[in-house]
Amino acid sequence: MSHPLRAAPAVACLRRVLACAATPLVLIAFALLAFAHLCSAAESQSVPSITSTAGKTVEITISNFTFAPPEITIAPGTTVKWINQDDIPHLVAEKNLAFKSQALDTNDSFSFTFSAPGEVEYYCVLHPHMTGKIIVKAGAA
Amino acid sequence: MSSNSDWKNGGPQMDRRGALECMVWAGTGMLWALSGGIPSSMFIGDAKAAEMAKNGFTFLQISDSHVGFNKPENPNALSTLQEAIDKIKAMPVKPSFMIHTGDITHLSQDKQFDDAAQVIGSAGLPVFYVPGEHDVIDEGLGKSYLARYGKASAGSGWYSFDQNGVHFIGLVNVMNLKAGGLGNLGDEQLIWLENDVRGLSASTPIVIFAHVPLWTVYPEWGWGTEDGARALSLVKRFGSVTVLNGHIHQIMQKVEGNVSFHTARSTAFPQPEPGKAPAPGPMKVPSEELRKFLGITDVNFIKVNQPLAIIDKTLADA
Repeated sequence: MSHPLRAAPAVACLRRVLACAATPLVLIAFALLAFAHLCSAAESQSVPSITSTAGKTVEITISNFTFAPPEITIAPGTTVKWINQDDIPHLVAEKNLAFKSQALDTNDSFSFTFSAPGEVEYYCVLHPHMTGKIIVKAGAA
Repeated sequence: MSSNSDWKNGGPQMDRRGALECMVWAGTGMLWALSGGIPSSMFIGDAKAAEMAKNGFTFLQISDSHVGFNKPENPNALSTLQEAIDKIKAMPVKPSFMIHTGDITHLSQDKQFDDAAQVIGSAGLPVFYVPGEHDVIDEGLGKSYLARYGKASAGSGWYSFDQNGVHFIGLVNVMNLKAGGLGNLGDEQLIWLENDVRGLSASTPIVIFAHVPLWTVYPEWGWGTEDGARALSLVKRFGSVTVLNGHIHQIMQKVEGNVSFHTARSTAFPQPEPGKAPAPGPMKVPSEELRKFLGITDVNFIKVNQPLAIIDKTLADA
């Protein structure tokens, strides 16, 4: 299926790294490390990534009806941003609708900040076979 | 996978040309007829279809209009819907009514519902809708759809009606979907269904229509209904049951006992065959080929207890 908007994982990572170029060097170094984790998870689809993320934003892409990475561990206070790269809308929601996005059309995004430790399972309300998990853990590093 | 090993693209009585046309999945609508308890299918353009329409009661199925969709796979879904409706307007004998098996809109927006209603309404036929998941993603998760089309229905939009001795049942399997699951009818709707068919004679032909296939087509892509088998068990005593669905944007058909299953093409864009792409999203075909993948379905009941004739027609057919 051709999809001009869908970048290969490596390209997407590079783009994200470049987007960080305006931030201090130490953050860039950190971001490289974090995105390396994200990218490896996106490619293998099974390796949970662990990032020390309090106060920061972590991205989850929605592509080919899949959340990537499907599972992440973050520190409390981290914001997760879901970006829809499909040509079909998706709608991100906690499994009991504790939070939900609006319908996300192509390139739309939704952010949610997780403050309390715990495990949050979420899914796409339109395509419920699409599921993911956020593990919020104090001191996640 | 085994669950679709007994599937066919196209109907059991389809000729080679018809079968080939079915293999290019996009759609206009579908014409249906009943004769002998076993459905058969043809394309609307066939002479046979015109003949059937003269002799029997016919209705039309359109599906998956996705009004508002504007991506490269089809930059103007409203205009291909208009083309489908124009085909219907040009039919020599008008069907009694239309059913729309959901995904009327792409994003449940008011303008998309308005545009769809205006174009579909221009056919001048009564229309019976069931929602697709794209019709219930407004802020109220379905309130917009129900305000327009659910006023006379029970629960979250399900209902039934009778026409020419056939009992029609519109079911809703896109609401309150659970994480990790498939399409879902829910207990309230199943209880309603049980009561709805209770007093009917077993010889009453039944037509059930819903958006997501009521049987399992391909669970990896969510193409099935969690409790669809419970609904089918409630109608198994009937001699002729026809199940019409949309959602998968391609024709698939199978017969199991007295139950015939059929999915319709979209009027907007095709989707890949199960498992033949990384995901079930829109499939890009050369723009000059698109109309071969879009279509409508016409259904003709010649007489009760005769096979239901199902006629698919692509937008590319003359």
